[in-house]
Amino acid sequence: MAALEHSAGLPAGAEPAVAPLPRLIRDIPPAAWLVAVVLLVLPAFSNSFVEAQILGWSFILGMIALSLMFLAGYGGMVSLVQMSVAGLAGYMVAILGQSSIPTISLDWPWWLVVPVAVVIAVVFGTVSGLLAVRTAGIYTIMITLAIASAFFYFTRQNYVIFNGFAGFNALPAPQFWGVDWRHPVAFYYLTLFWATLSYGAVLYVERTPFGLALQGIRDNPRRMAALGFNVNLHRVAAYAFAAVIAAVAGILLVWLNGQVSPGTAGIGPVIDILVIAVIGGLRHPIGPFVGALIFVVLRTFALDLLTSVGLAGERFNLLVGLGFLAIVFFSPDGIVGLWQRWRRSHADSQARQSAASHPGGP
Amino acid sequence: MLFERRPLISLLILVAAIVCLWLLLAAWPAELEAVIGRKRVFMNALFNGITLGGLYFLVASGFTLIFGLMRNVNLAHGSLYLFGGYVGYTIGVATGSWLLSFLGAFVAMALLGVILQLVVFRRMEGEELRQTLVTIGISIVLADILLWMWGGDFYQIQTPDWLFGATTLPFVLAAKSNGEAVYMTYPMVRIAILAGAIVIGVVMWLALNRTRIGMMIRAGVDDRDMLSATGIRIQIVFVAVFALGAGLAGIAGVVGGTFQSLAPGEDTRFLLASLVVVIVGGMGSIPGAALGALLIGLSEQFGSVYMPTYAVVLTFLIMVLVLAFRPQGLLGAR
Repeated sequence: MAALEHSAGLPAGAEPAVAPLPRLIRDIPPAAWLVAVVLLVLPAFSNSFVEAQILGWSFILGMIALSLMFLAGYGGMVSLVQMSVAGLAGYMVAILGQSSIPTISLDWPWWLVVPVAVVIAVVFGTVSGLLAVRTAGIYTIMITLAIASAFFYFTRQNYVIFNGFAGFNALPAPQFWGVDWRHPVAFYYLTLFWATLSYGAVLYVERTPFGLALQGIRDNPRRMAALGFNVNLHRVAAYAFAAVIAAVAGILLVWLNGQVSPGTAGIGPVIDILVIAVIGGLRHPIGPFVGALIFVVLRTFALDLLTSVGLAGERFNLLVGLGFLAIVFFSPDGIVGLWQRWRRSHADSQARQSAASHPGGP
Repeated sequence: MLFERRPLISLLILVAAIVCLWLLLAAWPAELEAVIGRKRVFMNALFNGITLGGLYFLVASGFTLIFGLMRNVNLAHGSLYLFGGYVGYTIGVATGSWLLSFLGAFVAMALLGVILQLVVFRRMEGEELRQTLVTIGISIVLADILLWMWGGDFYQIQTPDWLFGATTLPFVLAAKSNGEAVYMTYPMVRIAILAGAIVIGVVMWLALNRTRIGMMIRAGVDDRDMLSATGIRIQIVFVAVFALGAGLAGIAGVVGGTFQSLAPGEDTRFLLASLVVVIVGGMGSIPGAALGALLIGLSEQFGSVYMPTYAVVLTFLIMVLVLAFRPQGLLGAR
């Protein structure tokens, strides 16, 4: 359960001087502090493979899945377009910055590329949201899947802007403040920072009036509309907020991979994000990160795992699919839901035991 | 009649119909070819689009039927298509009979559909999102099993001898220098497939609108609870519809394997095609699926001929326009 509460350590580096923070910090369970400390000192004990390929990947996929979780968990809109938003942000980094295709890339400096890429990706995510909010429930899945696949096919066929099938290679991670951000340890802290920040942002937005209204709209849109809330505006705003998280993750993704191609946001990865979010759990923002860690670890070690039980190594998707089915069947709240249920029943049985030992108690 | 009420409009329609017929049948004047391009290209795109629309209709009609009655977005529908195609291919290779492969694919997929409905979806009735997630899981698992069993190769189902070759259609494409007309030729098998799709569509429409079970299904689409309250055993209707929809996907797989090919990835392609078709045509409506399939098939073919880079965008644009102005789909009910 190391990753379960890792990001709960958000205020670990925050200033306790700000007035409302001390109560916030008191509310954080001790386990979260432990996870935060472990994550902060981890690079001292692990190797570069674990940092970049497992944890870095998990943070990035977790952020994209978090943007889906935000829409699905608080807004009731399962949007499959988040991976495409991330993919577009990655493409923008390649197109506006440096890449192996100098005829397309504009070679802007990174500090200009990043905000512009985020803005463009957020516009795309918001426009997709504008289309998707015209429908509800399961229709949203279908519309967003259609948008995501249109994005995939468009990038694959457009050679003028997106360089078609091949995409872009040799994308450098930026170097500033004397740090090469491609270096595993530096990249690890970079992704940790952004993952923690987006986790905290989602937790914060959950309690703002906007987040509360969004949850109200999820539970009963008609009543919220009767109360005077603009239902569609709130939903579109939720898409915009989720797109910011996905866009940042997309930029980190291309810095990690050094390349972006249509396959980055193909149908497979789009579904993977949903799988990650559902496996982890759609009720709490920690779920996507748990799901991402499980997914990445499984994908990395599936070969060894499968060959050890006598199956061919390439049956990774079978494993993931069956795990996904099992989760959907037995625990609709994902792994986090399982964990919470286990803890509750544990607490219940303890309470019963203590009640039995003090029969005269209240 | 229309002519008595709106004489001017009906006259315009008549003139437009005659012009279209003339454009189809006769060779085009040089000025027109200068604008649109050669008639051979246009006619081929038109016919390919209509045939592709027929294939899309076969896939999407099952999808929309299942959705309309059970509110189940079956995202494993593409996998059923590909699975059906593989089963049909294997049967075709073993027996050498094209028609047997249709039968085998239909029966196998219908059985799979029955199992899915009884074992999986019946347990989570009314939980739409969970059902949809389960279908995604099933599609991941099925895709990997299919890859395991049939590998990543391309398969093409053999066209039977009696459908081999091309046939001449009464459409003049151009005139030779000696004044002799060049008629259009088109593969026989595609015409047969198109005819089959039309027949299946008409039979489905008749079954839905003229039979007792069709009446039950239509009533169930409108109000499931009321239907079961009248004493109809709705679970049996559900199983039958799921079997029919899955079986149609299997048949479509054989059709697709005959005039295109079967390979991993085709499942998502056809799932997406049927998604767009039913979004455009209207959820749960068979005529809507037909109209949507025709529109999408034509736009794909014309798009790939006249603006190859943006063919996908054209399809997508149609979807966006429909969503913007008629979110329930062209023929969908609110």
